[in-house]
Amino acid sequence: MADTKTASAGTPASATAPAAPATAVYDPRDTRVPTVIADEVHVVYKVNGAGGRKGGATAALSRIFSRKPAPGMREVHAVKGVTFVAYKGEAIGLIGSNGSGKSTLLAAIAGLQPVARGRIYSHGQPSLLGVNAALMNDLTGERNVVLGGLAMGMSKEQIRERYQDIVDFSGINQKGDFISLPMRTYSSGMGARLRFSIAAAKDHDVLMIDEALATGDADFQRRSQARIEELREQAGTVFLVSHSIGTVRETCDRAIWLESGVLRMDGPSAEVCDAYERFTSGR
Amino acid sequence: MQPADALTPSKATPVTVTTHPATPATKTPAPATLADLAAAHGLTVSGARPSLPSYVRQLWGRRHFVTAYATARMHAAYSTARLGQVWHLVTPLLNAAVYYFIFGMIMNASHGVADYVPFLITGVFVWDFIGSSINASTRSIHGNLGLVRALHFPRASLPLSTVVQLFQQLLVTMGALVLLLLACGQTPTLKWLLAAPALALMAVFCAGVAMVMARIGSKSPDISQLMPFILRTWMYSSGVMWSIDSMLKKDHLAYWVTVVLKTNPAAVYIDLMRYALIDSFNAHALPHHVWAIAVGWALLAGVGGFIYFWKAEEEYGRG
Ligand SMILES: Nc1ncnc2c1ncn2[C@@H]1O[C@H](COP(=O)(O)OP(=O)(O)O)[C@@H](O)[C@H]1O
Ligand SMILES: [Mg+2]
Repeated sequence: MADTKTASAGTPASATAPAAPATAVYDPRDTRVPTVIADEVHVVYKVNGAGGRKGGATAALSRIFSRKPAPGMREVHAVKGVTFVAYKGEAIGLIGSNGSGKSTLLAAIAGLQPVARGRIYSHGQPSLLGVNAALMNDLTGERNVVLGGLAMGMSKEQIRERYQDIVDFSGINQKGDFISLPMRTYSSGMGARLRFSIAAAKDHDVLMIDEALATGDADFQRRSQARIEELREQAGTVFLVSHSIGTVRETCDRAIWLESGVLRMDGPSAEVCDAYERFTSGR
Repeated sequence: MQPADALTPSKATPVTVTTHPATPATKTPAPATLADLAAAHGLTVSGARPSLPSYVRQLWGRRHFVTAYATARMHAAYSTARLGQVWHLVTPLLNAAVYYFIFGMIMNASHGVADYVPFLITGVFVWDFIGSSINASTRSIHGNLGLVRALHFPRASLPLSTVVQLFQQLLVTMGALVLLLLACGQTPTLKWLLAAPALALMAVFCAGVAMVMARIGSKSPDISQLMPFILRTWMYSSGVMWSIDSMLKKDHLAYWVTVVLKTNPAAVYIDLMRYALIDSFNAHALPHHVWAIAVGWALLAGVGGFIYFWKAEEEYGRG
């Protein structure tokens, strides 16, 4: 559907796009239920402290009291006019090279990163599968499970109900009673597993997963794939960012390709992944 | 950035950026815009600021997170220290000891103050709460950007949990204070119960100021560099280590200076606590209408601070 829109950026979309109405951003006769609508979304980061800023108390004072942006203020236009409609039951892969704005777009959908222009409409509260920031390394795994659950908005009862499942799923206790030790004593793989288990314990309307699958050993990866599949069935829509194109092909039925913040292609995941691979190998 | 407008000149609908060129112009007349589609299915704008009542509801829904986050940080604070949680008690006591040495013994601020040790300790502990909650809340959004950018929750949870954390700490030190008072030979009276409303009002006041500072600190992180100076000035003018009355009596300052110093919120709450807990600290030392002033400061800061914070709710985490 991005074909005409990004005609200047490249041609793969028009080459693969079928003639069906799937090419339109939105077909009024469509009876599917939209869950996320991105309407010409722009996201701009304002970066403080880029380049030489003068130190000293007077400079700091004048920065505080003047409403003008600091001299070192730079803008990064991370997402440039992205438009799409996501429907219930879809699993959408987001692909694109590093820094192309995938994480930024997800944060904007979650309502965590304000949009500079455009609008994002959503059904319920889209949530990122990211609980890491709420967890504390100095606390025991046990306490982190509770804290993480509360941070995601689960109730105390829900957490109590699922506590055992979370611990079992993470496999932290397979080699002894680790859950009652501070998280700083975990190996990085163990920590990642516990974090994923906590994050995946909640049911979501719209779930967004940003490169969370690349953690843990092979066994854990297989189990997390299965859990994602489950989440997708419960959730209305799942967005998945992954560097592994294979994962996107397997898990997603649709893919969106972002490049330098511009939506380059949107369609069935096989086609978009093919085009993306041709693009990356051709460079 | 779109050539779209040029491609669809015949559209009857006003040409907006949402009109997509890929929709053939021959289709059903005037297909709704994406905004209409969203409205038809009851989708809401992501990241929009909730109304004030629904914000309060959301915050209430997260109350367990607020307290759990506060407790977690309190536990994490000294978790690598050998003595662990004991430091929550030892640190303020050491603080008080330093002030006793400097102000009580060297500068003789104890002159004319009956029960100087309880007087000083009450002042130091209570100020510790006010000062640290304002200081720490300045960084409560800016220092938690990772959390703000990863999860969705009412942002007021962060400054509030900072204040809850410090309030828990205050309750611990107040427990120690009561033991100290008993050791100093004070007898518990019904007046001690006044400490409860005084603490509650002070907590509301600090929560309000904390929310104001959290918003300012999220926009101008540099302010946290200035806070220690502002707070120290405030501390020295609030009679934490000396009695404002007996200090200013000797000087030729205007009467209104004393009044202003004594009605400033920190002095009001500190003196109320002293009045509640120390027998020899009697009502003369309090400004007129002290409870009204205490309630007034709490309401002003609490309500004003909450609304001020909420007004920028959707902007925290930008940048
Ligand atoms: N917090 C930030 N502040 C400023 N610029 C950022 C920030 N996060 C990302 N960016 C910039 O936005 C662009 C897109 O980044 P990101 O969304 O993380 O890309 P991706 O997830 O696709 O790798 C990059 O140019 C990056 O430098
Ligand atoms: Mg990323």
